[in-house]
Amino acid sequence: MIAELGHFSLILALGISFCLMVLPSWGVYSRNLTLMHTGGSMAAGLFVFLLTSFLCLGYAFITDDFSVSYVARNSNTALPVAYKISAVWGAHEGSFLLWTLVLGTWTFAVALFSRDLTVDMRARVLSVLGVLAVGFILFLLLTSNPFDRSLPVYPTEGSDLNPLLQDFGLIVHPPMLYVGYVGFAVPFAFAIATLWSGRLDTAWARWSRPWTNIAWAFLTLGITLGSWWAYYELGWGGWWFWDAVENASFMPWLIGTALVHSLASTEKRGVFKSWTVLLAIAAFSLSLLGGFLVRSGVLTSVHAFAQDPERGLYILVFLVLVIGSSLTLYAVRAQGIKSNALFTWSSREALILVNNLLLAVATGAVLLGTLYPLAYEAFTGGDKISVGPPYFASVFVPIVMVLFAFMAISTRSRWKDTSAGFSPRRQAVYFAAAVAIVSLLSALLATLVFPVILVTSIALWITINLADDVLTRLRNKRAKLRALVSQPLSYYGMLFGHLGIVVSMIGVCCTVYFSTEKDVRMLPGEVVSLGGYEFEFHRMKKVQGPNYVADQGEIKVSRDGEPVTTLFPEKRLYTASQSVMTEADMDPGFFRDLYVALGEPVGESAWAVRVHVKPFVRWIWFGGLLVALGGILAVLDKRYRLSRRTSESVVGASVV
Amino acid sequence: MTLNKSLLIPLVVFILLILLLALGFTLKDPHFLPSELIDKPFPEFSLSDLYSAKTRTREDVIGDIVLVNVWATWCPNCLIEHPELTRIAAHEGVTLVGVNYNDESAKARNWLRRHGDPYSFHIVDNDGRLAIDLGVYGAPETFVVDQQGVIRYRHVGPVTRDVWQRTLAPVIDLLGSGA
Repeated sequence: MIAELGHFSLILALGISFCLMVLPSWGVYSRNLTLMHTGGSMAAGLFVFLLTSFLCLGYAFITDDFSVSYVARNSNTALPVAYKISAVWGAHEGSFLLWTLVLGTWTFAVALFSRDLTVDMRARVLSVLGVLAVGFILFLLLTSNPFDRSLPVYPTEGSDLNPLLQDFGLIVHPPMLYVGYVGFAVPFAFAIATLWSGRLDTAWARWSRPWTNIAWAFLTLGITLGSWWAYYELGWGGWWFWDAVENASFMPWLIGTALVHSLASTEKRGVFKSWTVLLAIAAFSLSLLGGFLVRSGVLTSVHAFAQDPERGLYILVFLVLVIGSSLTLYAVRAQGIKSNALFTWSSREALILVNNLLLAVATGAVLLGTLYPLAYEAFTGGDKISVGPPYFASVFVPIVMVLFAFMAISTRSRWKDTSAGFSPRRQAVYFAAAVAIVSLLSALLATLVFPVILVTSIALWITINLADDVLTRLRNKRAKLRALVSQPLSYYGMLFGHLGIVVSMIGVCCTVYFSTEKDVRMLPGEVVSLGGYEFEFHRMKKVQGPNYVADQGEIKVSRDGEPVTTLFPEKRLYTASQSVMTEADMDPGFFRDLYVALGEPVGESAWAVRVHVKPFVRWIWFGGLLVALGGILAVLDKRYRLSRRTSESVVGASVV
Repeated sequence: MTLNKSLLIPLVVFILLILLLALGFTLKDPHFLPSELIDKPFPEFSLSDLYSAKTRTREDVIGDIVLVNVWATWCPNCLIEHPELTRIAAHEGVTLVGVNYNDESAKARNWLRRHGDPYSFHIVDNDGRLAIDLGVYGAPETFVVDQQGVIRYRHVGPVTRDVWQRTLAPVIDLLGSGA
């Protein structure tokens, strides 16, 4: 019954989304205020029915309703409850229902929090979101219905959630990622609404900024979590693989980063209007493209999502309709837009332009690398080739290095013209100081590696500039501490965002160059030393988990005879699916991770053991968290709250 | 107003992209077989056996008409085709050789223990080296190799009853009668 209720809710949601698509835009067309106002209640209804549908699927999982084939394929009575809940989005159908629910939530949020928009703008934005909702829900109902029953014969036991996904990281990673992906639908809807209305002014930039920031912050969080999960769960100590699916999330992030910056210039200075609109369209298009690549089976990926040509075809048609019409609208409506604001080569505008171009080129490089195997295959008919990390390292890294160098200067830039407060000589001194400090440190630690010195120096250079900027702001204030606290939150957002990138930069670079690892065959009692640590393979024992049995190793780690920690890596056999999983164990630390994973049993009591020492690896994710925090701080800035409060009373009743 | 043509660039780029995706799509769909692999000898290799310390080479594949099936435990479609492969090995009298592709041997052995092992033997291809030589897109793929060790047919995707009846069986019959 409950599954049918969920299915029915989904159908109702389709009806409502159809009304949301049609009614407000009809209102705009016929200048009918009542129709324009329907958007709010439609958005609320859409959200409620999508949520109901989602909860019904959750209920089917918790109550082990294996007559629902999606549940039977992805759950099991022995599965812990937390994983039963996360199993809802553990495979294609459910995860797309979550994706659609997230769109419904964003739509509802837009209806709630954008009452300072003019009535017609709000109607346009909501109906654009309605178009997307129709597309997504139709996709679910036509090709991927999670509520399909397998009656009358159904299994008494499910076949279990993929053990890789039975993990805390996978409970939170997809929702975060989707909030980010789908969140870009909001600036997209604003951009389309603006083009549609023909009033391509700076107001849309002000409206879109908080939405873009928050979507971008969540996407940052999602990617960071994904990377962290890959590191501790996949058991080979890697944290980024340039896999097609990872790239699919990374491209919208890169363009989103460009968008966050260019929206600022459009809002503050009225420049790059049409470019910013294009970025907003591009960010969401790349999110959709990512969805296509992951779910259509056009590219083979280690993520191996449910692949079905019918689904791929549907998404392809949807891409053509949505993105094709958006870009056509853009080509027609962005004609004749000119910004008359002037700026010099050293102004913040110019630097943001550089940032945007570099990020766009970087995105292009990633896109090329992701699609190249496909293009090669299509045009030559030849063998499948794979574009691996070497391509990305040699193309992506130089672009990003130039970007970082500009980042150091850009924090000191000012709108319109920077020359007054900017001194190239001082920058030279800062950079020289950074290089000197880093070189000295490296020499002391006896690790002179040129790329590390370069990256770390730039990182330090950026940090010096950020600190200098803070000090400049406080220079003429008497109460320094109060002045520090009273800086706008968006300023802190900027600081944390850039600091986060610095931290990640150092983390990535040091991990890449200083990590050491060994694959060894070990008998109980044997010791292997690596990176100054001794790893003693103490013993093996059997462990029983809720839905698995495991061989657990006990590895004692010591340094110069002093015990550091004991690690318990496992080799698990999940009983329902009979799949074997490597559960690595690690000792996390601020400056280094010790990481141990079990390989195969070799011989009587010997095991293949993989040990890693990974310096600074935590910094990668810590930096990601800082960046996300920066994005969220910027949204919380007073500016956006004020404009909301003043308008709340005006249209307060329209949603009900 | 003069038309600013540069605003059309994004649309043009997008159309090209879509054409590429659509092309990739049509290529992928009918499980086509690239012609240059056909009638080429099965590549040389030297890899270990899944169960024993024995080294498997090209010699082990040659002799009879063999179905070489590239599979992995992480591949859902391999599970889908497994019953049909089991049937073919048992009732059609065709030798089945497995190439365990980008996998972990312990996982593979467990998988086979659970689902049954209709294969004569398995070649362990954890690094995907043999798969690269074979031009494999992803698991599952199935190759028909004749008595002289020449690849005669290639099927991408799961082997279903339909695939067996329409393509693999006729190819094998033809090879059997011609030899």
